[in-house]
Order: sequence, then structure tokens, then C-alpha cells
Amino acid sequence: MLYFANWKVLLICGVCLLGVVFSLPNLFTPAQLAWIPHGIPLKQVNLGLDLRGGSYLLLEVDVGAAETEQLNSLIENVRSALRNAKIGYTGLNVENNAIVFTIRDQDRIEDARTALAKIDPSLTLTIGTDGAGKMQFSTQATDQRRSQAVEQSIEIIRRRIDETGTKEPTIQQQGSDRILVELPGIDNPEHVKALLGKTAKLTFQLVDTSMSPEEARRRGLPPGDEILSAQEQAARSGQPSQYLVKRRVMVGGDTLVDAQATFQNNEPVVSFRFDTAGAKRFGDATRENVGKPFAIVLDNKVISAPVIREAIPGGSGIISGSFTVQSASDLALLLRAGALPAPITILEERTVGPDLGADSIHAGAVACVVGVILVVVFMFLFYGLFGLFADIALVFNLCLMLGSLSLLGATLTLPGIAGIALTLGMAVDANVLIYERIREEMRSGRTMLSSLEAGFTRAFGTILDSHVTTLVAGILLYWLGSGPVKGFAVTLSIGVLTSLFSAILVTRLQIVTWLRRWKPREIPL
Amino acid sequence: MIRPLIVIRRVPTIDFMRWHVFGFAFSILLGCVSIGLFAAIGLNYGIDFKGGTLIEAKTQGPADLAAMRAKLDALHIGEASLQNFGDPTEVLIRLPEQPGGDAGQQRAIELARKALGPGIDYRRTEVVGPTVGAELIRAGALATVLALVAILIYIWFRFEWQFGVGATISTIHDVVTTIGLFAIFRLEFDLTTLAAILTIAGYSINDTVVIYDRVREAMRKYRTMPFRDLINLALNETLSRTILTVSTVALAVLSLLLFGGEVLKGFSIAMLWGIVIGTYSSLFIAAPIIYYIQPNRRAVPRDAASGEPDTTRPPPGRPTNRPRGA
Repeated sequence: MLYFANWKVLLICGVCLLGVVFSLPNLFTPAQLAWIPHGIPLKQVNLGLDLRGGSYLLLEVDVGAAETEQLNSLIENVRSALRNAKIGYTGLNVENNAIVFTIRDQDRIEDARTALAKIDPSLTLTIGTDGAGKMQFSTQATDQRRSQAVEQSIEIIRRRIDETGTKEPTIQQQGSDRILVELPGIDNPEHVKALLGKTAKLTFQLVDTSMSPEEARRRGLPPGDEILSAQEQAARSGQPSQYLVKRRVMVGGDTLVDAQATFQNNEPVVSFRFDTAGAKRFGDATRENVGKPFAIVLDNKVISAPVIREAIPGGSGIISGSFTVQSASDLALLLRAGALPAPITILEERTVGPDLGADSIHAGAVACVVGVILVVVFMFLFYGLFGLFADIALVFNLCLMLGSLSLLGATLTLPGIAGIALTLGMAVDANVLIYERIREEMRSGRTMLSSLEAGFTRAFGTILDSHVTTLVAGILLYWLGSGPVKGFAVTLSIGVLTSLFSAILVTRLQIVTWLRRWKPREIPL
Repeated sequence: MIRPLIVIRRVPTIDFMRWHVFGFAFSILLGCVSIGLFAAIGLNYGIDFKGGTLIEAKTQGPADLAAMRAKLDALHIGEASLQNFGDPTEVLIRLPEQPGGDAGQQRAIELARKALGPGIDYRRTEVVGPTVGAELIRAGALATVLALVAILIYIWFRFEWQFGVGATISTIHDVVTTIGLFAIFRLEFDLTTLAAILTIAGYSINDTVVIYDRVREAMRKYRTMPFRDLINLALNETLSRTILTVSTVALAVLSLLLFGGEVLKGFSIAMLWGIVIGTYSSLFIAAPIIYYIQPNRRAVPRDAASGEPDTTRPPPGRPTNRPRGA
């Protein structure tokens, strides 16, 4: 006998009601929703960037470069450790993520070992009997440093993006060294990309005035020196295009606490302020080198190289160097946000303008509505009253899908809308299977009630099989897909689950109610 | 009481098995052509897989493609492809992958924007570097293979292995011919197409499962009926369901194709083809395969797990009055 316990009836009606309640807010604009008193669930479906417009960037942190950078900074320590112990060496360099060198005197290998052991406990040291030495980070330390570099990058990217005033950006790690950035409402990400593309490592280094860069190139670099080229704008305005500077960093940008774009003599400049430690180092360095030029270096390019006129004890200063208003405020922003521990590459960019997003929502909604109407009419033509039952279940299914999407905070994308339309077509498959089965059972001479009963129970196995197979495809798509395709997988999977509920239980409840109320003599199929 | 306006009252008695050899021949031909095309001319990969840049731009008046192309060609960033996209004011611009790895891609788009000048609304910009492109191909292929394997494991679990083999072959057939369709018509093959292919696989198996369910049920009921008739019976009994379901899904996909906008066009075309070929393969490939690798009928339990009664009901057409417990 087709029978529903009262609690089941309540449960089914309750779920349907919840579906309607949770899907309703999607019919209104956010402005209209603001009028409704609080305390009522008003979550709307989270629209993907392809529907609301915005920019999606996939970044990769060059963790290898971060490691090389750290090794480069340790190379000075190795140099001084060996020099202090008076051990002769050659070929000190960073190669393949390791500091390499050769100890000249093979009798001193043991001494070198003791001298170098103090530098950094996370470095493993090997020196062969021929004196060839190698220092590299242990695997564990490498992993730790890499994940640190990525975490730090995320933090700095967040700061940089927040400074640009982008609303509700999403910044999250993906995989081991990837960062996913979503910027809603940004339809030209060039500025953001330019900001993210810079490491913004600022250093103050002394200029070596003993010879010109050309001379140094000819006669060999003096030890501890490097040749840096000037920034493009600076080089264009008549400044030298290359500088010979000392490698040793007087003060680094990591000690900056503030930077602002201002004007000096009507020219855009960047003013900066050090923390206490930085101020002290900057004061000492300027006092010791009055009269000498020092280079302000950003990402290995010299911005400018002013001559130190007097000691600067206050811990603040000004960078001038052919800035435009925009480039000065960008530099200030970058300095405030801090330097990235490693360079970043943009692997993938997808930007959708707000117009296209709105058009897509419109097209998707029209397609869904037309699809529903066609399916509803079709079902009515072929199944009459029972088709109507299925149609009502279909509408509840749509509500349940929208409601679950809103409730789960899942993101709806354009392929996601395609998923909804497709699910609506497939949802009635369960009804078709049941109704065809009922017809068959009637044909084989069963009574009305027994045909109904048999139709539902016998079709169930088939319905389950078909839903599970679709669900498997959906889950795999979600797992392996990316971006918009994930949105499709979400709606497809949710749709499969809700249609299992609506097509079987909601339809069945309607039929049972109809049987009790109208006590029909036969099934109109 | 509202009765249906259109009713398929009688179970048809179409001899599907008579046509299965033609079906096999046709499908083998279709499959070979598809594989051949795929090998010879390959697919028209979108930038998702190939890497490169895609710009959807809207100009104020009807777009002058030749002028825009000339501007882009002057940049020497490879051969730009331009085409109208739905509307005469809308242009889809594709730039090939630039040298210089992932970082190299970013420059091209800036150059292109500058060259095209103002007055253009950039509706969509997509830049995919070589790293991601290669990963997407790998993930896509993996997803397809895993989906097939997972679905088959499920069928193996629910049915006898012979059904699993039949479902595999017919699903692979559907996936291969869909790829063939994309190869021959040079339709763009991107991430959404891949999603469509996986959905097609799901749908096709779904269709096959419904028929196999019926074959298995008939195997239990009519233990002496020749296998050929058994399959015909199962196909005929499910025919009205097959037609109705194909119709509703096709209606939904058709409305996507007509109203869903240009972005979903590739997806809709793939789905529409997949629905048709998936239905065809269930009828003419999946079912007849079972005839050749017949499951052991004695292995099929007399009483199904669902408590199926062991009736020896005669085939439909001659209904007998056997009402059962109400």
C-alpha cells in the first residue's frame, strides 16, 4: 500500500519549504534585500567571476629563486668565516641551490669544517678530501623555507592588493607553490599585475667610486662589488646607465616602517621612515660615508645614487629619481607592503568585464527558463496529470538546487548554469522511468495500486544506478576541474542529489495525496 | 482527470537485433574516422590547452576585422586570429602562445591593447601560459579516464562483468566519436568541452544501465527465451522511456544552445551530439554486445536482491490477469 507516515510527509514538505525559502533571496537585487528586516536567511548564490565580472590570476612563486637568494645572503658569512680562520679558498659561489667552494690547503679541511659549522644549523656541509666543499639546506629545511616563502608571498600580495582598494579579493594558496588571486570587479588588471610583478626588494648600497663600471668590466670586478644597471626612467633622464656598487647592503628595505608619495620641489618623490634598528644603521652608514654616493637599489636596478651630504640620524629620508605621480605612489605602496621573498610569475589570467558577466547571467537565466517550460509542457503532453506532478516536483527541484547553492556558499559559474539546465532535463528521467514502469505493470494486468507500488519500487534500482554514474562523473570533474568547470561539477552533483529527492519523494507524495483525496478508480496514464 | 494527450500504448516489437551488424559496421567506421582525424589533423585546441591569449572585444560600430588584424600583425606577436562572435560588433581575437615561457604571455596582451587603441570594450581576456596548459591537458585526460574507470567499477559491482565490457565499449565509442566531431568541424576544444564529454560519458552509461537493468530482469524472468529475443524485448520495453528521456534532455540542451550565449555554444553542441550518439550506442552497440558475450544465465540469481518474484510471465501483448498483493 502506498502510505506515508506523518513524519515523512512533514519532512518532505519541510525540505521543500526550506528549498523555497533559501532560493527566494536570489530573485531580488542586493538593494532590494536591504529593505527586508534582518534575522531572515538572505544568502544569495555566490556568483563566479565569469558572471559578476572580475579578474582571476594564477601566480607561481619562484621558490628556487628564494632559496638562491638566501644562499647568496649567506655567502658573505662563509667568506668572512673562512677569512677570519685564515683558511685559503677559491671558487666561492652559489650553484644549483648550494654554496660551493674549494679549500686550497687540504690540511685545513677540518678547520674549515669547524669554522663553517657555526653559520647556520640548517645547512649541511660536505667537504671532500680534494677540498671541494658544498653547503646546502637539508631537505627538511628547504621544504620549510619554501612553504614559508609562499606564505609570506601570500601575506605581501594581500597587503599590496588591499592597498589598491580592491573589494573582497580572494587570495589563497593552491598546490605547493601557487597562489590564486580573484579580484571581483576588476576588468583591467594591468595595474594589479604590474604591482604583483615586482619583488620590491629595496637596498641601500655604497657606490664604488674607485673605478667606472666600464673599467671594472675590463679589468675584472673588484672583490665584493657588482655592476647594476639604472632603472629605465632614470637612465633616460641623463643619469649614468650603470653603476659599480658594493655588494654589502648598508640598510635593507625590510627595516622600513612607512613610505609615502609626496612632492619635493614640485617633483613626485617617495618619503620613507626606518624602524629603530634601521634608523641606527642608516645613521651610522651615512655618518661614515659623508661625501660618497650611495645607490638606492630596487630589484637590482638603481633608482638613484645621491651623494651623502651629511649624516642622516633621524631614520627618515626621501627617494627622488624621475618618478611620475603614479610610479611614486606605486613605489610607496610596494615599500609599505614589503618585499616578496621570491619573484612571482603569472601563469594564467582570466578577466571578464561586467557587461559580459551580466549578459551571461541573462542568457543563462533565459536558457534555464525556456528549458524548464519546454520540459514542463513536454511532460504534461505525455503524462497528463502525472506529468503535472512531475512538473511540480521539477520546480521544487530547481528551488532546492538554488537553495543548496546559496546555503553552501557554492560558486555559480556560466558552465554551472549549463549544469542546472542539463539537470532539469535529466531530473524528469526518474519520473519517466517510474511512469513507464507503472504503465507496464498496468498492461500486465496489475491493479491500480499494485501497479503504482511496483512502478516506484522497481524503477528505483535503475534510477539509483543512473544517478550514481552521473554523480561519479560530477565528483571527478570537481576534483580535477578548475575554475568555471568546477562550477559545472557543483551544480551537476547537487542537481543529481536534489532530483533524486524531488523526482521520487515529492512526486510520490503528490500521487499518494491525490489517491486519498480523490479516490480515483484508475490511473490516468 | 487530466489524461496525457500523447500516449504510446503498445510495446513496439521492433527487431533491433536485425540491425546490429549495420550498427557495428557504422560505429567501427565512425570510430576509425574519428581516431584517424584526431591523429591526422588533431583537435582545434582552445587556449586552455594550447596556451596563448584570447580577447573578446566589443567595438562601437561594426568591427573592421581587416584593420584590427593589420594593427595586430604590425606587432609581430605571431599570427592573430580574428572572428566575429555572435554580433558584428563583437570580435574574438586569439593570439598564439608567445616565446619566453609564462612571463612572455603577459607582454603580448598589453601590446595588443595598446595597438588596438581606445574605444574598445574588453569583455573578456584570458591568458594561459604553457605550464598551466600542459597541466590542464593532463588533468583533463586523467579526469576522463578516471571517470570511465570509476563508472565501470560501479557497473561491475552492480552487474556481471559482461555488462561492464559492453558499457565500456559503448561509452568509449561515444567519447571517441564526440572527439571526432570536434576534429572534423574544427570546433574549439576547451575546458567546457571536456566537461561536456564527461557528462556525455555519464549520460551514455546512464542510458545503457537502464537497458541492461531490463535485460537482466528479462534474464531472470524468461529463463528459456533465446538471448536475441531477450535483448529485443528489453529494448522494446524501454523504448518509450528512451525516447522521452532523450527528448527532455535534448529540449534542455537545445534551449542552452539557442539562448545560452556564445560562450556555451561548444558545450551545447557537444552535449547535443553526445545525447544522440549515446542513445544510439545504447540501442545498437551496448545491447547487441551482450548477445556476443552472454552472461551466464545460471549465474544470475533467480531471486533478485530487491525481492523480484520469479514469474514466468509471457511476453507483453497478451496480458494475463495476475494481480499481486496490494
